[in-house]
Amino acid sequence: MIRLDNLTKVFDTPKGAVTAADHINMEVPAGEICILLGPSGCGKTTTLKMINRIIRPTSGKVFINDEDTTDLNTQELRRNIGYVIQQIGLFPNMTIEENITVVPKLLGWDKAKYRERARELMDMIALDPDAFLKRYPNELSGGQQQRIGVARALAADPPVMLMDEPFGAIDPINRAVIQDEFLKMQQALKKTIMFVSHDIDEAIKMGDRVAIFRAGRLEQYATPDDLLAAPKDEFVESFLGEDRALKRLNLVKVRDVVSDEIGTVSPGDTLETALARIDDFGYQNAILVVNDRRQPVGLITRAQARTTKGYCRDHFQNVPATVSLDDDLRKVASLMFSNDITWLPCVDEAGRVCGQITQRAMTHHLGSRFRPKEEAPATAASATKE
Amino acid sequence: MPIRSLKGALRIALLIAIFLLGVWSQSSGVIDDFIFYLPDVQFLAVQHLWLTLISGSLAILVAIPLGVVLSRPSMARFAESAMQVLNVGTTIPTLAVLALSMSFLGIGTVPAVFGLFVATLLPITRNTYAGLKGVNPALMEAAAGIGMSPAQRLLRVELPNALYVIFAGIRTALTINVGTVPLAFLIGAGGLGELIFTGIDLYDPVMMLSGAIPTALLAIVVDAIVATTAFLVVPRGVNPSRA
Repeated sequence: MIRLDNLTKVFDTPKGAVTAADHINMEVPAGEICILLGPSGCGKTTTLKMINRIIRPTSGKVFINDEDTTDLNTQELRRNIGYVIQQIGLFPNMTIEENITVVPKLLGWDKAKYRERARELMDMIALDPDAFLKRYPNELSGGQQQRIGVARALAADPPVMLMDEPFGAIDPINRAVIQDEFLKMQQALKKTIMFVSHDIDEAIKMGDRVAIFRAGRLEQYATPDDLLAAPKDEFVESFLGEDRALKRLNLVKVRDVVSDEIGTVSPGDTLETALARIDDFGYQNAILVVNDRRQPVGLITRAQARTTKGYCRDHFQNVPATVSLDDDLRKVASLMFSNDITWLPCVDEAGRVCGQITQRAMTHHLGSRFRPKEEAPATAASATKE
Repeated sequence: MPIRSLKGALRIALLIAIFLLGVWSQSSGVIDDFIFYLPDVQFLAVQHLWLTLISGSLAILVAIPLGVVLSRPSMARFAESAMQVLNVGTTIPTLAVLALSMSFLGIGTVPAVFGLFVATLLPITRNTYAGLKGVNPALMEAAAGIGMSPAQRLLRVELPNALYVIFAGIRTALTINVGTVPLAFLIGAGGLGELIFTGIDLYDPVMMLSGAIPTALLAIVVDAIVATTAFLVVPRGVNPSRA
């Protein structure tokens, strides 16, 4: 847990005093990632760097796991906080192994233990220890270097990590990969992380909570979903962008929206039965054909069911796409748009049909979170339903 | 093809020229003249190297700590002015430095070593300072952020990363040093300058060359030794010649 209590930094510049961080109060619960987000010069990096005293606070306190860090020795404090910076900052004079084991050595671990730890960390970041440990940083790609940067920060297993735009200098494709890897690691490690970013999409993807900064002040501190659904003021709203409802698609899983009511037919049913089912369930266009194990086989369209006679097994069309319960709505929307359809069958881990997701249900789900903030709830509700 | 044959022709011409030079030097007795000076060359070369060794090691011992001290953030206010003083120091010709040190310390080895020390000090100090200042600030932030003390930062991060530049300074300084030692003869410290200057005064080219050629060879050997040391000592990751 990290708690900031009235943390303030005033810089004396030739042009007068500049308040870079103005009485910041916030708390990051243990095991969560908190993203500090804002335009450049908003004080997010200053706030982060006051936690490990790279920048000395003018006033205020930092608590880590309820312990006031003000009286701790600076070096001791820093050795117990993992630190990752945008420029990576691997020591080019040291091998990868030496880089990773710097902190354990500072803490006086014995050799066998820290060498073992280095191999363990390499496995964790999915780089082959035998191939990489003896190499030097300049022999690695940017993405690999930053993985090592993360490993170095994790080496002594600190409870808290500070990350200053860690993936900002990495190309977009590699960045997405590293973000995913990092989130996967975090699920197991459960570190308390403060993470500076200027990328709203990164913040939504990575953050359990997002703190929006503006001109040295903490504007809004909320979960990404709350933030997107209910921005506090115009600044936050404009910072999040006009497509903020679309950004929420990333945050909602199919599981949250799926309806388990889905009509199906089996290959052995006749097209007449299929037509009757389509009408029973009130479907517009088609009905899903599933086999004995309830795996999707194909679609029978209404037009086909009406004009043709025979069994479903002889007349079905291919299923354009299915989604699984853990996919996010962004993928669902994309599949719907690319296939020009308004619903998709959902399948579970075994590939069995377990429900359906409709465009209507998606817009309803997203709209319902916006409604409470509207001025006139009734009209707004009906407007979003249209 | 024409170029390659031209090169081949040149190479053959060169070999013929060297052969003719050998024939000429043997027939005119120059080689015997050189051999006549051999014992002098041996004695003076050792003296020469001692002057370089003593003044050079003193300069390294003083210059590196000086460069380190000047590069500390707390010294930032004085560092640039100090470097300016050292820069002005180098513009004074070495001969003048030797003359000045003679007027204070008399003649002999001590004023010569002092003069050479002063002449060698600057390149090493300047490169140490520049090398340390040139260390990527991100490395310094990372080093501080993971909890290294200032001394650990200096020893484990700053110096190793500046080492290549520091060695370049040592290399320049020692090569200049070897080339300057002949002047030390003028204030009575010996060295190969004895043969060079006496040869000039006596209008004896063979004597002069038996001082000048070993001086040049010594400079090349010292340069090679420092270069090899740098190659071996500077960590592979920050060593451009081992990349």
